[in-house]
Amino acid sequence: MSVELATYDPQNLHLPEEDLLRSGHLACPGCGAALGMRLALKALGPKTIVVIPACCWAVINGPYPFHALGVPVLQVAFETAAVSAAGIRAALAMQGRDDVAVLAWAGDGGTFDIGFQSLSGAVERNEDIIYVCYDNEAYMNTGIQRSSATPFGAWTTTTPEPNIKPEPKKNMVEILAEHRIPYAATASIAFPEDFVRKLQKARSIKGTKFIHLWISCPAGHKSEERLSVHIARLAVETGVFPLYEVEYGTKYTINHEPAFLDVTEYLKLQGRFRHLTPEDVDFIRRSVAWEWERLRAKAAMGSSLPPPPSPPRRLAMAVSWLGE
Amino acid sequence: MHADPKGVLTGLHFIDGDHAACEGAIAAGCRFAAGYPITPSTEVVERFAARIPLVGGVFIQMEDEIASSIAILGAAWAGHKVMTVTSGPGLSLMMEHIGYAAMTETPCVFVDVQRGGPSTGLPTLPAQADMMQVRWGSHGDYNVIALSPNSPQECFDLMIKAFNLAELYRTPVFFMMDEVVGHMTERVAIPRPEDIEVVPRRWTSRKPGDYRAYEPGEDLVPEMVKAGDGFRVHITGLTHDERGYPAMNPQAQDKLVRRLVDKIRKNAHKLVDVRGENLEDADVVVISYGITSRIAAAAVEEARAAGRKVGHLRLVIVWPFPEPLVAELASRVKAFVVPELNLGQMVREVERVVAGKAQVVSVPHAGGTVHQVEDILAKILEVAK
Repeated sequence: MSVELATYDPQNLHLPEEDLLRSGHLACPGCGAALGMRLALKALGPKTIVVIPACCWAVINGPYPFHALGVPVLQVAFETAAVSAAGIRAALAMQGRDDVAVLAWAGDGGTFDIGFQSLSGAVERNEDIIYVCYDNEAYMNTGIQRSSATPFGAWTTTTPEPNIKPEPKKNMVEILAEHRIPYAATASIAFPEDFVRKLQKARSIKGTKFIHLWISCPAGHKSEERLSVHIARLAVETGVFPLYEVEYGTKYTINHEPAFLDVTEYLKLQGRFRHLTPEDVDFIRRSVAWEWERLRAKAAMGSSLPPPPSPPRRLAMAVSWLGE
Repeated sequence: MHADPKGVLTGLHFIDGDHAACEGAIAAGCRFAAGYPITPSTEVVERFAARIPLVGGVFIQMEDEIASSIAILGAAWAGHKVMTVTSGPGLSLMMEHIGYAAMTETPCVFVDVQRGGPSTGLPTLPAQADMMQVRWGSHGDYNVIALSPNSPQECFDLMIKAFNLAELYRTPVFFMMDEVVGHMTERVAIPRPEDIEVVPRRWTSRKPGDYRAYEPGEDLVPEMVKAGDGFRVHITGLTHDERGYPAMNPQAQDKLVRRLVDKIRKNAHKLVDVRGENLEDADVVVISYGITSRIAAAAVEEARAAGRKVGHLRLVIVWPFPEPLVAELASRVKAFVVPELNLGQMVREVERVVAGKAQVVSVPHAGGTVHQVEDILAKILEVAK
């Protein structure tokens, strides 16, 4: 590895002890989605119900009695993670159970594409769920087809050379923030304490919480298994994937100031970017810089805005996205 | 007319049914395909993504199957031959637009690489359990055409036919593959373009002022135009009159829906495509389709070797069901044996048409693999006693 980064001492991570992702899962070696789930359940604990639509995790959990998750799992149709979770939450609410976290855990295809409509519906109604999109930037479970989370220039089987993907990645956190949900954030498997903190914060908030988790995928990114966490860290430290959170669509907090290493440090470790020309790479470099300017401008604008007006008292309880 | 040479990879290939289906579509003139990844059909869209730009066509990977099934209808009305491809759960999502395609008489091909269901079922394993869904799945009355290939070669050959029938009858045509046919690799011979007959769109020869969008010809099929050519075009899923404008009354409904059904029903005799073997002296006839026909053929051969008078009727066009042919057989055979990779779907059609004149025995299989030859053979021997 040519780049030296500050690394976590794995012996000294401040994470909950209990592992609810047990041995014997079916993820590929180096899978970021397995690590992501392990961290998520460390954060949320055993009183969690997990909703999984069609995605890699529909396979990773494994068949009974060898399934790996130590919490209840509902495996649902592709387009329904958010609304399935909303139904569970409504039933729990009727039973007076507000001590159980309902976690919708979907891939990028199930979030950015086919599940987008039902996610937006659930978010607009401010359903009291935690939604984590674990994003490996393509349909990896069916064999690497592009999704709207696939970044510019990436090879997939449906964006083969020379027809590589010309569009940029859809910005889900901004879209979710514009729904004015209480909490939207990005996270990375390379920053486990940050991810765990964000989930615990999400759990303490009523209403819809959305976390966009970037994960590595050696099979789909054409990268080395041993570099999964390193590549995830480079996604953050090159500025490609900023770590930040947005409260009620206005209050932005940038959680980590990247080292802004050159994007080539991130791109060169992944075969899916191998065909990029210097011109393509320069476009990515300039896009990353522009996105950061935009993010900082939004953060500045949010900090200078007055708080939103309070709703009439009789509606204050119902319109919970306005806070308090 | 002949196929456009640009889209025809003449020669011998060693490819699977998914890839062959894509080549058949391109050879048939398909220039717009929309799809979404779903096992076991994903290879079709992967090949489209690589191949169709080379022939001046467009493939779009959509955000879901709903979008795929709509986008092709838009492209059809803008003048192109179109197709989408999916499997079980995706097909279920497409149902509203299948009805819309039937109602608006949009030529289009839906490829269904069948897998075990219901719901997520068996994504990587075969079934033939969507046969009734494609016939009856969308709401309301309409009629469709469905073909059932049993080899990669037929995925190519019959795909040409599927596109031709979509153009001839202006109706959604279903291409009922299954996981085994889709993933089985065999020799596929692609003919020369001049040996491939393709049916062009039935463009109207009328002037814009004289054209009526849904005025049927003798075969009950109206002529078509495309948006932007100066014709008055109003396409709607509402019940409409011959001009295409909404007409919400029982008379318009009766006239339109009856014609949508009749244009297939009354032309059903032209839509018979079966492969019969040893039917002349048969006491027992095995009726099969798709991948099951290959296992059934082996069972029939063994029964013949054991001295039983058994014939085999393979349905290539499954919908419309060849009613007169089966009725004629029913008048002279003792029994029908119907193996299929579902718990009894097409067997109901056989029972309906046979109407008690002969014994009808189902050989059901819930899917996940194909039948054993012995299972079908045992039923044949049982009824042939």
